[in-house]
Amino acid sequence: MTDELKQGLPAAAVLGPLAFSFSVLARAAGWDAVEPIVFSVLAFSGSGQLGALAILSVGGSATAAVAAASFLNLRFLPMGVSVAPALSGGRLSRFVEAQALTDASWVAAARLDGTFDRRTLLASGAVQYVAWVLGAVAGALVGPRLVNPDTLGLDAVFPAFFLALLADQVRDRRAGSGPRPASLAALAALLTLALVPVAPPGIPIVAGAATALLALASRPRWRAAPGEPG
Amino acid sequence: MTTTWIVIALVAALTALFRGAGTVLLGDRELPSRLVAVFACLPVPLLASLVVVETVTSGRHLVLDARLAGLAAALVAVALRARLVVVIALAAATTAGVRALG
Repeated sequence: MTDELKQGLPAAAVLGPLAFSFSVLARAAGWDAVEPIVFSVLAFSGSGQLGALAILSVGGSATAAVAAASFLNLRFLPMGVSVAPALSGGRLSRFVEAQALTDASWVAAARLDGTFDRRTLLASGAVQYVAWVLGAVAGALVGPRLVNPDTLGLDAVFPAFFLALLADQVRDRRAGSGPRPASLAALAALLTLALVPVAPPGIPIVAGAATALLALASRPRWRAAPGEPG
Repeated sequence: MTTTWIVIALVAALTALFRGAGTVLLGDRELPSRLVAVFACLPVPLLASLVVVETVTSGRHLVLDARLAGLAAALVAVALRARLVVVIALAAATTAGVRALG
């Protein structure tokens, strides 16, 4: 398991600062020190927490904040389905293991054939969780003394992180058949860009990710075994 | 403050449900191979969409700001195959620098 834990370290180095800036922003919006920490411990979701905070800090209702966070985290539903065959144990144990699911742990655990590595998912998720909580605690405690995490450029950390993961994925998948990774990335980016002004936050991400359905229209990467439903 | 706690509780519960629903409902059943083929393609478009949303949007608005400069710096670093920590640090430093100048 130690190798898998080490694999989770780069992502943890990113999530720590991100949780830190979430807490700083929450304190700036008038939250006390306990609220951002408890939120981070229970939700463990950058997009969901930042989305809910953004709505509340402009005076939005609780319903609007919960709806925004739900849309933003809707992608965890299909991602959870994708890792289901890899997890083990009874229903409760599977449910708990699925909580290790983050964008980064899911990408780390993804094999090229569409199956997932359970140990990598759990180890990567666990390391990120520790970094997430520590970052949130640090931000909640020193937050009021900092002006604005944006002056440190912390809001560029998340997109740069996703870009680096994307580059790795495109390189790894260039050789395979099916939709060309670079084309799929460009199509998803354009679709997301077009939907942002017209759809609730989060939906453009789900729609962009749904371009993966083009895999059904192109030559499969392998043939289904005889008798197996295609 | 009560509003904050309601939001915290509901978002936490729903997020846990989204993460766990698939695996609880499916058990260890094998997925159809066509669905697995879709999942094999999923990381690339998902990450591309996340990059777009995190770089040029704020809520429902398209916003061009210093994050874009940070992403450009990250792109150069990624093309040169820099380590992840370097990519991230460069993006943050560039964004902070552009903001300080602007």
